[in-house]
Amino acid sequence: MTITAEHRPPYTHGDLHRLMGLMTGDEKHGPAATSTLDALWVLYDRVLRVGPERMGDPERDRFLLSKGHGPMAYYAVLAAKGFVPVEWLPAFGSYDSPLGHHPDRVLVPGAEIGSGSLGHGLPLAVGTALGLRAQGRTEPRVWVLVGDAELDEGSNHEAIAFAGPAGLDRLHTVVVDNSSASHARPGGIAARFEAAGWSTVTVDGRDHDALYAAFTAPHPGRPHAVVAQVEPKSA
Amino acid sequence: MDTMRDRFVPVVSRLLDEDPRVAVVLAEIGAASLAEAQLRHPERVINVGIREQLLVGAGAGLALTGMRPVLHTFASFLVERPFEQVKLDLGHQGVGAVLVSAAASFDWPAGGLTHMAPGDVALLDTLDGWTVHVPGHPDEAETLLRHAVAAGDDKVYVRLSVQSNADALPVDGERFLPVREGRSGVVVAVGPMLDSVLDATEGLDVTVLYATTVRPFDATALRRATRTAGTDVVLVEPYLAGTSTAAANDALADVPHRVLGLGVARPELRRYGTVEEHLAAHGLDVRSLRERIDGFVRGGRAGTRG
Repeated sequence: MTITAEHRPPYTHGDLHRLMGLMTGDEKHGPAATSTLDALWVLYDRVLRVGPERMGDPERDRFLLSKGHGPMAYYAVLAAKGFVPVEWLPAFGSYDSPLGHHPDRVLVPGAEIGSGSLGHGLPLAVGTALGLRAQGRTEPRVWVLVGDAELDEGSNHEAIAFAGPAGLDRLHTVVVDNSSASHARPGGIAARFEAAGWSTVTVDGRDHDALYAAFTAPHPGRPHAVVAQVEPKSA
Repeated sequence: MDTMRDRFVPVVSRLLDEDPRVAVVLAEIGAASLAEAQLRHPERVINVGIREQLLVGAGAGLALTGMRPVLHTFASFLVERPFEQVKLDLGHQGVGAVLVSAAASFDWPAGGLTHMAPGDVALLDTLDGWTVHVPGHPDEAETLLRHAVAAGDDKVYVRLSVQSNADALPVDGERFLPVREGRSGVVVAVGPMLDSVLDATEGLDVTVLYATTVRPFDATALRRATRTAGTDVVLVEPYLAGTSTAAANDALADVPHRVLGLGVARPELRRYGTVEEHLAAHGLDVRSLRERIDGFVRGGRAGTRG
Protein backbone atom coordinates (compact mmCIF):
# COMPACT_ATOMS: atom_id res chain seq x y z
CA MET A 1 0.00 0.00 0.00
CA THR A 2 1.53 3.30 -1.00
CA ILE A 3 0.79 6.87 -0.14
CA THR A 4 0.52 9.49 -2.84
CA ALA A 5 2.26 12.53 -1.44
CA GLU A 6 0.24 15.67 -2.03
CA HIS A 7 3.19 17.77 -0.99
CA ARG A 8 6.77 16.53 -0.92
CA PRO A 9 8.47 17.09 2.43
CA PRO A 10 11.85 18.81 2.23
CA TYR A 11 13.57 16.26 4.53
CA THR A 12 14.67 12.71 3.86
CA HIS A 13 15.88 9.89 6.07
CA GLY A 14 19.40 11.19 5.61
CA ASP A 15 18.47 14.43 7.36
CA LEU A 16 17.21 12.75 10.51
CA HIS A 17 20.55 12.44 12.31
CA ARG A 18 21.22 16.13 11.82
CA LEU A 19 17.74 16.98 13.11
CA MET A 20 18.25 14.72 16.12
CA GLY A 21 21.58 16.38 16.77
CA LEU A 22 19.78 19.68 17.35
CA MET A 23 18.25 18.22 20.51
CA THR A 24 20.69 17.91 23.37
CA GLY A 25 20.23 17.25 27.08
CA ASP A 26 18.82 13.71 27.04
CA GLU A 27 21.95 11.88 26.01
CA LYS A 28 21.19 9.10 28.52
CA HIS A 29 18.35 8.06 26.21
CA GLY A 30 20.28 8.50 22.99
CA PRO A 31 20.34 4.76 22.30
CA ALA A 32 16.63 4.52 23.05
CA ALA A 33 15.97 7.26 20.54
CA THR A 34 18.17 5.81 17.83
CA SER A 35 16.60 2.38 18.21
CA THR A 36 13.23 3.64 16.99
CA LEU A 37 14.47 5.81 14.14
CA ASP A 38 14.03 3.50 11.19
CA ALA A 39 10.71 2.04 12.30
CA LEU A 40 9.39 5.56 12.81
CA TRP A 41 10.68 6.75 9.46
CA VAL A 42 9.16 3.91 7.48
CA LEU A 43 5.85 4.40 9.27
CA TYR A 44 5.65 8.14 8.76
CA ASP A 45 7.13 8.13 5.27
CA ARG A 46 5.38 5.17 3.69
CA VAL A 47 2.62 3.69 5.85
CA LEU A 48 0.73 6.10 8.06
CA ARG A 49 -2.10 8.08 6.48
CA VAL A 50 -1.40 11.18 8.53
CA GLY A 51 -0.19 14.68 7.90
CA PRO A 52 0.01 18.13 9.46
CA GLU A 53 -2.93 19.20 7.31
CA ARG A 54 -5.18 16.46 8.66
CA MET A 55 -4.41 16.36 12.37
CA GLY A 56 -8.10 16.81 13.17
CA ASP A 57 -9.37 14.40 10.53
CA PRO A 58 -11.27 11.60 12.27
CA GLU A 59 -10.39 9.28 9.37
CA ARG A 60 -6.63 9.65 9.85
CA ASP A 61 -4.48 6.78 11.04
CA ARG A 62 -3.39 7.06 14.69
CA PHE A 63 0.22 6.55 15.75
CA LEU A 64 0.77 6.28 19.51
CA LEU A 65 4.34 6.45 20.80
CA SER A 66 4.22 4.43 24.00
CA LYS A 67 8.00 4.24 24.42
CA GLY A 68 8.18 7.89 25.41
CA HIS A 69 11.74 8.20 26.70
CA GLY A 70 14.42 9.34 24.31
CA PRO A 71 11.86 10.96 21.97
CA MET A 72 14.45 12.69 19.81
CA ALA A 73 13.93 10.38 16.84
CA TYR A 74 10.18 10.91 17.13
CA TYR A 75 10.52 14.68 17.24
CA ALA A 76 12.98 14.58 14.33
CA VAL A 77 10.49 12.58 12.26
CA LEU A 78 7.64 14.90 13.23
CA ALA A 79 9.79 17.87 12.22
CA ALA A 80 10.80 16.21 8.97
CA LYS A 81 7.15 15.63 8.14
CA GLY A 82 6.06 19.16 9.00
CA PHE A 83 4.10 18.57 12.20
CA VAL A 84 6.63 20.35 14.39
CA PRO A 85 8.68 23.40 13.33
CA VAL A 86 12.38 22.55 13.02
CA GLU A 87 13.07 25.80 14.90
CA TRP A 88 11.63 24.21 18.04
CA LEU A 89 14.25 21.45 18.21
CA PRO A 90 17.23 23.30 19.73
CA ALA A 91 15.18 24.39 22.78
CA PHE A 92 14.24 20.75 23.54
CA GLY A 93 13.71 20.33 27.28
CA SER A 94 13.81 24.01 28.20
CA TYR A 95 11.15 25.61 30.37
CA ASP A 96 9.05 27.12 27.59
CA SER A 97 9.65 24.40 25.04
CA PRO A 98 6.71 22.27 23.90
CA LEU A 99 9.21 19.43 23.44
CA GLY A 100 9.84 17.65 26.72
CA HIS A 101 12.03 14.64 27.38
CA HIS A 102 8.73 12.76 27.19
CA PRO A 103 6.14 13.93 24.65
CA ASP A 104 2.96 15.66 25.81
CA ARG A 105 0.04 15.41 23.38
CA VAL A 106 -1.31 18.73 24.61
CA LEU A 107 1.93 20.46 23.57
CA VAL A 108 3.29 18.53 20.58
CA PRO A 109 1.41 18.91 17.29
CA GLY A 110 0.87 15.50 15.77
CA ALA A 111 1.33 13.55 19.00
CA GLU A 112 -1.75 11.40 19.60
CA ILE A 113 -0.74 10.62 23.19
CA GLY A 114 1.67 11.81 25.79
CA SER A 115 3.94 9.15 27.19
CA GLY A 116 6.81 8.59 29.60
CA SER A 117 5.39 6.08 32.01
CA LEU A 118 5.75 2.74 30.27
CA GLY A 119 2.86 0.47 29.53
CA HIS A 120 0.17 3.07 28.93
CA GLY A 121 0.19 3.23 25.13
CA LEU A 122 -1.18 -0.22 24.35
CA PRO A 123 -4.29 0.13 26.52
CA LEU A 124 -4.84 3.60 25.06
CA ALA A 125 -4.48 2.11 21.60
CA VAL A 126 -7.01 -0.61 22.41
CA GLY A 127 -9.46 2.07 23.50
CA THR A 128 -8.75 4.09 20.38
CA ALA A 129 -9.44 1.07 18.19
CA LEU A 130 -12.65 0.35 20.11
CA GLY A 131 -13.77 3.97 19.79
CA LEU A 132 -13.18 4.11 16.06
CA ARG A 133 -15.00 0.82 15.59
CA ALA A 134 -17.94 2.00 17.70
CA GLN A 135 -18.30 5.02 15.45
CA GLY A 136 -18.27 2.92 12.32
CA ARG A 137 -14.86 4.21 11.25
CA THR A 138 -13.43 1.08 9.68
CA GLU A 139 -10.62 2.72 7.69
CA PRO A 140 -8.26 4.28 10.21
CA ARG A 141 -5.49 2.09 11.53
CA VAL A 142 -4.14 2.39 15.05
CA TRP A 143 -0.41 1.92 15.61
CA VAL A 144 1.44 1.81 18.91
CA LEU A 145 5.21 1.61 19.35
CA VAL A 146 6.58 -0.05 22.47
CA GLY A 147 10.04 -1.15 23.59
CA ASP A 148 11.07 -4.68 24.53
CA ALA A 149 11.83 -3.76 28.14
CA GLU A 150 8.59 -1.79 28.28
CA LEU A 151 6.83 -5.15 27.84
CA ASP A 152 7.83 -5.96 31.41
CA GLU A 153 4.88 -3.78 32.44
CA GLY A 154 1.80 -5.88 33.13
CA SER A 155 -0.59 -3.31 31.72
CA ASN A 156 0.62 -4.18 28.23
CA HIS A 157 -0.44 -7.76 28.73
CA GLU A 158 -3.97 -6.82 29.75
CA ALA A 159 -4.24 -5.04 26.41
CA ILE A 160 -2.57 -7.79 24.39
CA ALA A 161 -4.77 -10.48 25.97
CA PHE A 162 -7.93 -8.52 25.27
CA ALA A 163 -7.16 -7.37 21.73
CA GLY A 164 -6.73 -10.82 20.20
CA PRO A 165 -10.05 -12.35 21.21
CA ALA A 166 -11.75 -9.01 20.58
CA GLY A 167 -10.56 -9.20 16.97
CA LEU A 168 -9.23 -5.63 16.90
CA ASP A 169 -7.88 -5.96 13.36
CA ARG A 170 -7.18 -2.23 12.95
CA LEU A 171 -4.69 -2.39 15.85
CA HIS A 172 -0.96 -2.73 15.16
CA THR A 173 1.90 -2.89 17.62
CA VAL A 174 5.55 -2.30 16.74
CA VAL A 175 7.95 -3.65 19.33
CA VAL A 176 11.40 -2.13 18.96
CA ASP A 177 13.60 -4.79 20.43
CA ASN A 178 17.07 -3.60 21.39
CA SER A 179 17.51 -6.31 24.02
CA SER A 180 16.99 -3.87 26.87
CA ALA A 181 15.05 -6.20 29.13
CA SER A 182 16.99 -7.41 32.17
CA HIS A 183 15.20 -10.71 32.42
CA ALA A 184 14.84 -13.56 29.99
CA ARG A 185 11.58 -13.87 28.13
CA PRO A 186 11.37 -17.59 27.35
CA GLY A 187 9.81 -18.10 23.94
CA GLY A 188 10.49 -14.55 22.87
CA ILE A 189 8.32 -11.53 22.31
CA ALA A 190 6.33 -12.54 19.25
CA ALA A 191 5.14 -15.73 20.96
CA ARG A 192 3.35 -13.73 23.59
CA PHE A 193 1.35 -11.87 20.98
CA GLU A 194 0.70 -15.07 19.06
CA ALA A 195 -0.58 -16.80 22.18
CA ALA A 196 -3.14 -14.01 22.50
CA GLY A 197 -4.32 -14.49 18.94
CA TRP A 198 -2.35 -11.75 17.15
CA SER A 199 -0.70 -11.99 13.76
CA THR A 200 3.07 -11.45 14.19
CA VAL A 201 6.18 -10.82 12.12
CA THR A 202 9.79 -10.43 13.32
CA VAL A 203 12.13 -8.33 11.18
CA ASP A 204 15.40 -6.44 11.06
CA GLY A 205 14.51 -3.04 12.48
CA ARG A 206 17.05 -1.25 10.24
CA ASP A 207 15.90 -2.75 6.93
CA HIS A 208 13.39 -0.29 5.51
CA ASP A 209 11.94 -2.59 2.88
CA ALA A 210 11.59 -5.45 5.36
CA LEU A 211 9.91 -3.10 7.82
CA TYR A 212 7.52 -1.89 5.15
CA ALA A 213 6.61 -5.44 4.17
CA ALA A 214 6.09 -6.40 7.82
CA PHE A 215 3.98 -3.33 8.53
CA THR A 216 1.74 -3.90 5.53
CA ALA A 217 1.40 -7.68 5.66
CA PRO A 218 -2.30 -8.61 5.63
CA HIS A 219 -3.75 -9.92 8.89
CA PRO A 220 -7.48 -10.40 8.40
CA GLY A 221 -9.52 -10.53 11.58
CA ARG A 222 -6.57 -10.19 13.95
CA PRO A 223 -4.46 -7.40 15.44
CA HIS A 224 -0.89 -7.34 14.13
CA ALA A 225 2.45 -7.11 15.91
CA VAL A 226 5.81 -6.42 14.29
CA VAL A 227 8.91 -7.12 16.35
CA ALA A 228 11.63 -4.90 14.91
CA GLN A 229 15.02 -6.11 16.10
CA VAL A 230 17.91 -3.69 16.28
CA GLU A 231 21.38 -3.84 17.77
CA PRO A 232 21.38 -4.36 21.54
CA LYS A 233 21.32 -1.17 23.58
CA SER A 234 24.48 -2.10 25.40
CA ALA A 235 26.39 -3.26 22.33
CA MET B 1 -36.46 0.39 47.24
CA ASP B 2 -34.04 -0.33 44.45
CA THR B 3 -30.44 0.57 45.18
CA MET B 4 -28.37 3.12 43.33
CA ARG B 5 -26.52 0.27 41.69
CA ASP B 6 -29.83 -1.28 40.55
CA ARG B 7 -30.73 2.08 39.04
CA PHE B 8 -27.42 2.38 37.21
CA VAL B 9 -28.36 -0.37 34.75
CA PRO B 10 -31.59 1.10 33.31
CA VAL B 11 -30.21 4.63 33.40
CA VAL B 12 -27.04 3.82 31.51
CA SER B 13 -29.02 1.61 29.10
CA ARG B 14 -31.23 4.55 28.24
CA LEU B 15 -28.21 6.80 27.86
CA LEU B 16 -26.72 4.29 25.41
CA ASP B 17 -29.96 4.44 23.41
CA GLU B 18 -30.11 8.22 23.48
CA ASP B 19 -26.51 9.21 22.82
CA PRO B 20 -24.23 7.46 20.32
CA ARG B 21 -21.18 8.95 22.05
CA VAL B 22 -21.81 6.96 25.23
CA ALA B 23 -19.81 3.78 25.79
CA VAL B 24 -19.76 1.70 28.96
CA VAL B 25 -16.59 -0.12 29.96
CA LEU B 26 -16.63 -2.84 32.59
CA ALA B 27 -14.06 -5.09 34.21
CA GLU B 28 -16.29 -8.11 34.70
CA ILE B 29 -18.22 -6.63 37.64
CA GLY B 30 -21.71 -5.69 36.43
CA ALA B 31 -21.27 -7.41 33.07
CA ALA B 32 -24.19 -9.77 33.61
CA SER B 33 -26.55 -6.95 34.49
CA LEU B 34 -25.66 -5.09 31.29
CA ALA B 35 -25.87 -8.14 29.00
CA GLU B 36 -29.14 -6.97 27.51
CA ALA B 37 -27.77 -3.50 26.77
CA GLN B 38 -24.72 -5.14 25.23
CA LEU B 39 -26.94 -7.07 22.80
CA ARG B 40 -28.48 -3.80 21.65
CA HIS B 41 -25.16 -1.93 21.53
CA PRO B 42 -22.43 -4.54 21.08
CA GLU B 43 -19.75 -2.01 20.18
CA ARG B 44 -20.51 0.31 23.06
CA VAL B 45 -20.81 -2.03 26.04
CA ILE B 46 -17.30 -3.36 26.50
CA ASN B 47 -16.21 -5.86 29.12
CA VAL B 48 -12.42 -5.95 29.21
CA GLY B 49 -12.29 -8.74 31.78
CA ILE B 50 -10.66 -8.51 35.20
CA ARG B 51 -8.19 -5.91 33.94
CA GLU B 52 -8.53 -2.60 35.69
CA GLN B 53 -5.51 -0.91 34.16
CA LEU B 54 -7.07 -1.67 30.78
CA LEU B 55 -10.48 -0.51 32.04
CA VAL B 56 -9.19 3.02 32.53
CA GLY B 57 -6.66 2.99 29.67
CA ALA B 58 -9.20 1.77 27.14
CA GLY B 59 -11.74 4.22 28.52
CA ALA B 60 -9.28 7.04 27.90
CA GLY B 61 -8.62 5.72 24.40
CA LEU B 62 -12.36 5.84 23.71
CA ALA B 63 -12.39 9.44 24.91
CA LEU B 64 -9.50 10.25 22.57
CA THR B 65 -11.74 9.28 19.65
CA GLY B 66 -14.53 11.53 20.88
CA MET B 67 -16.65 9.02 22.78
CA ARG B 68 -18.09 9.65 26.25
CA PRO B 69 -16.90 6.67 28.28
CA VAL B 70 -18.62 5.47 31.45
CA LEU B 71 -16.28 3.23 33.46
CA HIS B 72 -17.80 1.10 36.21
CA THR B 73 -16.63 -1.24 38.92
CA PHE B 74 -16.15 -1.22 42.69
CA ALA B 75 -14.56 1.96 44.02
CA SER B 76 -11.38 0.25 45.20
CA PHE B 77 -10.80 -1.30 41.78
CA LEU B 78 -11.84 1.78 39.82
CA VAL B 79 -9.91 4.54 41.58
CA GLU B 80 -7.25 2.92 43.72
CA ARG B 81 -5.93 -0.01 41.76
CA PRO B 82 -5.49 1.88 38.44
CA PHE B 83 -4.76 5.27 39.96
CA GLU B 84 -1.79 5.99 37.69
CA GLN B 85 -4.09 5.40 34.73
CA VAL B 86 -6.60 7.83 36.21
CA LYS B 87 -3.82 10.38 36.69
CA LEU B 88 -2.14 9.97 33.29
CA ASP B 89 -4.52 8.39 30.80
CA LEU B 90 -7.27 10.85 31.67
CA GLY B 91 -5.72 13.92 33.29
CA HIS B 92 -2.35 14.05 31.56
CA GLN B 93 -3.82 13.16 28.17
CA GLY B 94 -6.38 15.92 28.61
CA VAL B 95 -9.47 13.76 28.16
CA GLY B 96 -12.28 12.88 30.48
CA ALA B 97 -14.60 10.06 31.46
CA VAL B 98 -17.40 9.31 33.92
CA LEU B 99 -16.22 6.93 36.61
CA VAL B 100 -19.14 5.29 38.43
CA SER B 101 -18.30 3.24 41.48
CA ALA B 102 -20.22 0.83 43.66
CA ALA B 103 -19.32 -0.66 47.06
CA ALA B 104 -18.21 2.70 48.49
CA SER B 105 -16.80 2.64 52.05
CA PHE B 106 -18.38 -0.48 53.56
CA ASP B 107 -21.43 -1.45 51.48
CA TRP B 108 -20.34 -5.08 51.80
CA PRO B 109 -19.00 -5.22 55.35
CA ALA B 110 -18.31 -8.95 55.22
CA GLY B 111 -16.16 -8.36 52.17
CA GLY B 112 -13.48 -6.65 54.19
CA LEU B 113 -11.02 -3.92 53.31
CA THR B 114 -10.13 -5.31 49.90
CA HIS B 115 -13.58 -4.24 48.69
CA MET B 116 -13.72 -0.94 50.59
CA ALA B 117 -12.49 2.44 49.40
CA PRO B 118 -13.11 5.12 52.02
CA GLY B 119 -10.07 6.90 50.58
CA ASP B 120 -11.40 7.24 47.03
CA VAL B 121 -12.48 10.88 47.14
CA ALA B 122 -9.36 11.93 49.05
CA LEU B 123 -7.20 10.20 46.45
CA LEU B 124 -8.94 12.00 43.59
CA ASP B 125 -8.35 15.22 45.51
CA THR B 126 -4.68 14.95 44.64
CA LEU B 127 -5.65 15.51 41.00
CA ASP B 128 -7.01 18.58 39.29
CA GLY B 129 -10.35 19.08 37.63
CA TRP B 130 -12.49 16.26 39.01
CA THR B 131 -16.21 16.67 39.65
CA VAL B 132 -17.33 14.36 42.45
CA HIS B 133 -20.98 13.47 42.99
CA VAL B 134 -22.16 11.55 46.05
CA PRO B 135 -25.89 10.88 45.61
CA GLY B 136 -27.96 10.11 48.69
CA HIS B 137 -30.83 8.31 46.95
CA PRO B 138 -31.32 6.29 43.75
CA ASP B 139 -33.36 9.12 42.18
CA GLU B 140 -30.49 11.51 42.87
CA ALA B 141 -28.08 8.94 41.45
CA GLU B 142 -30.10 8.96 38.24
CA THR B 143 -30.05 12.75 38.06
CA LEU B 144 -26.34 12.94 38.76
CA LEU B 145 -25.44 10.15 36.34
CA ARG B 146 -27.24 11.99 33.56
CA HIS B 147 -25.60 15.24 34.58
CA ALA B 148 -22.20 13.58 34.54
CA VAL B 149 -22.58 12.00 31.13
CA ALA B 150 -23.84 15.31 29.70
CA ALA B 151 -20.88 17.24 31.10
CA GLY B 152 -18.91 17.46 27.85
CA ASP B 153 -15.53 15.82 28.22
CA ASP B 154 -15.24 16.50 31.98
CA LYS B 155 -13.70 14.09 34.47
CA VAL B 156 -16.54 13.07 36.77
CA TYR B 157 -16.69 10.56 39.62
CA VAL B 158 -20.09 9.30 40.75
CA ARG B 159 -20.01 7.37 44.01
CA LEU B 160 -22.92 4.97 44.36
CA SER B 161 -23.76 3.23 47.62
CA VAL B 162 -26.32 0.90 49.18
CA GLN B 163 -26.69 3.52 51.89
CA SER B 164 -29.61 5.80 51.08
CA ASN B 165 -31.82 8.49 52.51
CA ALA B 166 -35.57 7.81 52.61
CA ASP B 167 -36.40 10.49 50.09
CA ALA B 168 -34.67 12.20 47.19
CA LEU B 169 -34.08 15.93 47.07
CA PRO B 170 -33.94 18.10 43.92
CA VAL B 171 -30.18 18.07 43.43
CA ASP B 172 -28.63 20.08 40.58
CA GLY B 173 -25.16 18.63 40.26
CA GLU B 174 -23.50 21.77 41.58
CA ARG B 175 -24.74 23.41 44.75
CA PHE B 176 -25.29 22.50 48.37
CA LEU B 177 -28.99 22.56 49.32
CA PRO B 178 -29.97 24.29 52.56
CA VAL B 179 -32.25 21.84 54.32
CA ARG B 180 -32.54 23.39 57.77
CA GLU B 181 -31.68 26.80 59.20
CA GLY B 182 -30.16 27.55 62.54
CA ARG B 183 -27.92 30.09 64.20
CA SER B 184 -25.27 28.10 66.05
CA GLY B 185 -23.27 26.16 63.56
CA VAL B 186 -23.32 24.71 60.06
CA VAL B 187 -23.42 20.99 59.37
CA VAL B 188 -22.68 19.81 55.85
CA ALA B 189 -24.26 16.38 55.33
CA VAL B 190 -22.91 14.53 52.32
CA GLY B 191 -25.06 12.12 50.33
CA PRO B 192 -26.46 9.19 52.30
CA MET B 193 -25.54 10.80 55.61
CA LEU B 194 -28.39 13.31 55.42
CA ASP B 195 -31.15 11.41 57.22
CA SER B 196 -28.84 10.53 60.11
CA VAL B 197 -27.61 14.11 60.33
CA LEU B 198 -31.16 15.50 60.39
CA ASP B 199 -32.14 13.06 63.14
CA ALA B 200 -28.96 13.80 65.07
CA THR B 201 -29.42 17.57 64.93
CA GLU B 202 -33.11 17.59 65.82
CA GLY B 203 -33.49 20.39 68.37
CA LEU B 204 -29.93 21.65 67.87
CA ASP B 205 -29.84 25.15 66.52
CA VAL B 206 -27.73 24.36 63.47
CA THR B 207 -28.01 24.96 59.76
CA VAL B 208 -27.85 21.80 57.70
CA LEU B 209 -26.57 21.93 54.15
CA TYR B 210 -27.06 18.89 51.92
CA ALA B 211 -24.18 18.12 49.57
CA THR B 212 -24.42 15.62 46.74
CA THR B 213 -21.70 17.34 44.73
CA VAL B 214 -18.57 17.73 46.84
CA ARG B 215 -16.12 18.70 44.12
CA PRO B 216 -16.07 21.48 43.16
CA PHE B 217 -16.82 22.25 46.80
CA ASP B 218 -19.63 24.81 47.10
CA ALA B 219 -17.66 27.36 49.09
CA THR B 220 -20.21 30.05 48.28
CA ALA B 221 -23.00 28.10 49.97
CA LEU B 222 -20.86 27.40 53.01
CA ARG B 223 -19.84 31.04 53.38
CA ARG B 224 -23.44 32.16 52.95
CA ALA B 225 -24.59 29.75 55.64
CA THR B 226 -21.92 30.91 58.08
CA ARG B 227 -23.14 34.48 57.88
CA THR B 228 -26.25 33.57 59.84
CA ALA B 229 -25.14 30.40 61.60
CA GLY B 230 -21.57 31.26 62.53
CA THR B 231 -18.30 29.69 61.53
CA ASP B 232 -18.38 26.44 63.51
CA VAL B 233 -18.60 23.88 60.73
CA VAL B 234 -19.10 20.13 60.92
CA LEU B 235 -18.65 17.95 57.87
CA VAL B 236 -20.34 14.54 57.89
CA GLU B 237 -18.99 12.48 55.00
CA PRO B 238 -19.59 8.81 54.12
CA TYR B 239 -15.92 8.36 53.23
CA LEU B 240 -12.65 9.13 54.98
CA ALA B 241 -13.06 11.59 57.85
CA GLY B 242 -11.52 14.94 57.03
CA THR B 243 -11.69 14.53 53.25
CA SER B 244 -13.30 17.95 52.85
CA THR B 245 -11.81 19.69 55.88
CA ALA B 246 -9.23 21.51 53.73
CA ALA B 247 -11.93 22.63 51.31
CA ALA B 248 -14.03 24.00 54.16
CA ASN B 249 -10.98 25.73 55.63
CA ASP B 250 -10.14 27.28 52.27
CA ALA B 251 -13.72 28.53 51.95
CA LEU B 252 -13.41 30.30 55.30
CA ALA B 253 -9.74 31.26 55.15
CA ASP B 254 -10.33 34.93 55.77
CA VAL B 255 -12.45 34.51 58.92
CA PRO B 256 -11.82 32.77 62.24
CA HIS B 257 -13.45 29.39 61.98
CA ARG B 258 -13.50 25.85 63.33
CA VAL B 259 -14.03 22.73 61.26
CA LEU B 260 -14.76 19.22 62.50
CA GLY B 261 -14.47 16.56 59.81
CA LEU B 262 -16.50 13.41 60.59
CA GLY B 263 -16.46 10.31 58.47
CA VAL B 264 -14.88 6.90 58.18
CA ALA B 265 -11.96 6.37 60.53
CA ARG B 266 -8.59 5.42 59.09
CA PRO B 267 -7.71 2.23 60.99
CA GLU B 268 -8.93 -0.96 59.38
CA LEU B 269 -11.79 -2.36 61.48
CA ARG B 270 -11.35 -5.99 60.53
CA ARG B 271 -15.01 -6.54 61.37
CA TYR B 272 -17.83 -7.91 59.25
CA GLY B 273 -21.59 -7.75 59.99
CA THR B 274 -23.87 -4.97 58.78
CA VAL B 275 -23.65 -1.45 57.41
CA GLU B 276 -25.37 -0.18 60.57
CA GLU B 277 -22.70 -1.81 62.73
CA HIS B 278 -19.98 -0.13 60.69
CA LEU B 279 -21.68 3.24 60.85
CA ALA B 280 -21.76 2.88 64.65
CA ALA B 281 -18.15 1.76 64.77
CA HIS B 282 -17.12 4.91 62.93
CA GLY B 283 -19.26 7.16 65.13
CA LEU B 284 -21.65 7.89 62.28
CA ASP B 285 -24.84 6.51 63.80
CA VAL B 286 -27.44 9.03 64.96
CA ARG B 287 -26.53 8.88 68.64
CA SER B 288 -22.81 9.31 68.05
CA LEU B 289 -23.36 12.09 65.54
CA ARG B 290 -25.52 13.99 68.00
CA GLU B 291 -22.91 13.71 70.73
CA ARG B 292 -20.05 14.77 68.48
CA ILE B 293 -21.84 17.62 66.72
CA ASP B 294 -23.38 18.98 69.92
CA GLY B 295 -20.08 18.74 71.78
CA PHE B 296 -18.23 20.57 69.01
CA VAL B 297 -20.75 23.34 68.67
CA ARG B 298 -20.99 23.83 72.46
CA GLY B 299 -17.20 24.04 72.59
CA GLY B 300 -17.33 26.89 70.12
CA ARG B 301 -19.95 28.76 72.04
CA ALA B 302 -18.03 28.39 75.26
CA GLY B 303 -15.18 30.19 73.53
CA THR B 304 -12.51 27.88 74.96
CA ARG B 305 -8.96 28.98 74.33
CA GLY B 306 -7.80 25.37 74.25
